[in-house]
Amino acid sequence: MYTYDAYDKQMLEDRINQFRDQTRRFLAGKLTEEQFLPLRLQNGLYIQRLAPMLRVAVPYGCLSSTQLRKLASISRDYDKGYAHLSTRQNVQYNWPILEQVPELLAELAEVEMHAIQTSGNCIRNTTTDQFAGVAVGEIEDSRPWCEVIRQWSTFHPEFAYLPRKFKIAVCGTPNDQAATQVHDIGLYIKKNAEGQIGFQVLVGGGLGRTPVIGAEICDFLPWKHLLTYLDAIMRVYNRFGRRDNKYKARIKILVKAIGADAFREKVDTEWQHDKDGPGTLTKEEVNRCKAFFTDPAYEKLDDNDAEVASAAGKDLLFSHWIERNVTEHKTSGYRIANLCIKETGVAPGDLTDSQMDFVADLADKFSFGELRVTHEQNLVLTDVRLKDLYDLFQACKQESLATPYLGLLNDIVCCPGGDFCSLANAKSIPIAESIQRRFEDFQRQMDIGDITLNISGCMNACGHHHVGNIGILGVDKKGAEFYQVSLGGSADRQTAIGKVLGPSFAQDDMPDVIDKIIDVYLNNREDGENFLNTYNRIGIEPYKESVYAKAD
Amino acid sequence: MPKLIKDGKLSKNLWHLVPKEADLAEAVAISSDHLLVHISLWREHKSELFAFNKNIGVWMDSDDDAYELANDVNDLSLIAVNFPVFKDGRSFSNAAILRLRLSFNRELRAIGDVLRDQMFYMKKCGINSFELSDTVDAEEALAAFTDFADNYQSTVEDPAPLFRRR
Repeated sequence: MYTYDAYDKQMLEDRINQFRDQTRRFLAGKLTEEQFLPLRLQNGLYIQRLAPMLRVAVPYGCLSSTQLRKLASISRDYDKGYAHLSTRQNVQYNWPILEQVPELLAELAEVEMHAIQTSGNCIRNTTTDQFAGVAVGEIEDSRPWCEVIRQWSTFHPEFAYLPRKFKIAVCGTPNDQAATQVHDIGLYIKKNAEGQIGFQVLVGGGLGRTPVIGAEICDFLPWKHLLTYLDAIMRVYNRFGRRDNKYKARIKILVKAIGADAFREKVDTEWQHDKDGPGTLTKEEVNRCKAFFTDPAYEKLDDNDAEVASAAGKDLLFSHWIERNVTEHKTSGYRIANLCIKETGVAPGDLTDSQMDFVADLADKFSFGELRVTHEQNLVLTDVRLKDLYDLFQACKQESLATPYLGLLNDIVCCPGGDFCSLANAKSIPIAESIQRRFEDFQRQMDIGDITLNISGCMNACGHHHVGNIGILGVDKKGAEFYQVSLGGSADRQTAIGKVLGPSFAQDDMPDVIDKIIDVYLNNREDGENFLNTYNRIGIEPYKESVYAKAD
Repeated sequence: MPKLIKDGKLSKNLWHLVPKEADLAEAVAISSDHLLVHISLWREHKSELFAFNKNIGVWMDSDDDAYELANDVNDLSLIAVNFPVFKDGRSFSNAAILRLRLSFNRELRAIGDVLRDQMFYMKKCGINSFELSDTVDAEEALAAFTDFADNYQSTVEDPAPLFRRR
């Protein structure tokens, strides 16, 4: 993991002092509400329906056990004893008090954490695939590049007051788990014929009100030009992105308006000036960053384990857990273990303080003291010995962290929705729960197989509903909460935006609607097809007919 | 008189801001000998403006294009970039373009909704003079320049990013 040096520490300390002073001036009436707004947002602080919400950055989803323990203790001391994993691999607190936030930030800084640029019209936390560094067939570990981008984007003086928020994803794995194509900038790490590392650059992807898949503006950007090229993109966006209408202010609208070719030309013209200038990355800096992400001390282990195999033969739940929640690792004798934070009856991605402490202990015991947060609102222990899997599984059961349905229907991605968020049109958590209850029969979930279900409580699409195989969007109809369903979305290398099924439904009807959709799939699927395959083959009509059929 | 900080010190403001709507006659009728005219007036009446034997500076709004001054930077002793509201970040880029692309090396001033909490970033983008918004305490605002001891990126003020220095 990246660790701070004296420069990083100083920068963070300066930020805390700055925000402490800003908060003081706001409380003393020297800053207006409007003037304070972007300052607090750029420190992750929203004013929500019931209380402020603080979003803590987890840079590209990487956490140490020490950091997780700190998050647990903060949730006890400043909040109500829990925290929420967000769809940007961050952690949110729902109940901090404004006056205490500067102290909370100082505590975070003790473990090299912060809430910088987790909100506001600036460059947000860069995200990546949660299996970076351990995935089989990885082109290159994306974490050092994310760290390079983190530093470049932190307190960038020119781009702190953009037309709108700005999100960057980097992906170096064959199965894109970072939703790269629906980011303002998506970077796919590539190797050219000479074996040099570079990036395929996509711009103008995004969800929200107008979902768009990013357009390629550079097929291969040699690595040393990464930051100067990003500067050029940002400058074009900062100057020409719309500022008259916040719903048309994202870069995707600019790229659509002028076309990807014209946008590329503008970027190239701007870039020619900075290319090979002082912002050009150096081998030394890249190596410095790479040195923080070297392999832990893996043992030489066999890739089979008779005891684990025998335990799986006896313990059905464990065998399911292995099948669903355990992923191949690049190193023989190791596995990636996913903790699915989707216990029915608990808001998806919510963790109690004791669960956080517990997972921190698990990370120390089983995975070199590190873990990852996923944009699907789960946790990952990336480096678990195959032979430890049964011990880990049994430990997870104690704290309700062993739900064996990663990637199944009940692994629902869900924003906080109308229960917490002041932007929401509708609640989302109760919808997730009602669907989870309907599909509680685990055998049924296994039979349905791989599927993604995403719920957003409003158009801002924090639940990424556009790219769920099944997407659910809360809408407001004359003051009542309704839910629109879309089908066929996907966030992987073949990213697709879901298609709206038809008129929206009342909250109570949602489990039945999902049931009917699943039945159409089960009745039509051919051998080896998952939900998305069948949908792509038969199209949306059969689903429409079933869901909107008039009762005879 | 609006409060001015120049090169890190409270300073006297000599320049008279001519509104965007003013035509040539209105501009030159102003008694001040330091006229800060909008880029549109400059575009139209550059030679006439010079003929009046006054100091001429140019200000541009956030939606004006700094590149338009490519051939003029040597003729101007002051260029000002306007922040119509502090959240409008376009003038940060215009400032950077004036310094980096056009090599403008005289006074570059921020005008408009210039608040204490954006001044550190403005300075990093090459702005060296700040006409403060009325509500801002000028003495307090001086502290803005030391908000951060360093920065990660290549900026106008420090072209070498931290990774070339650490």
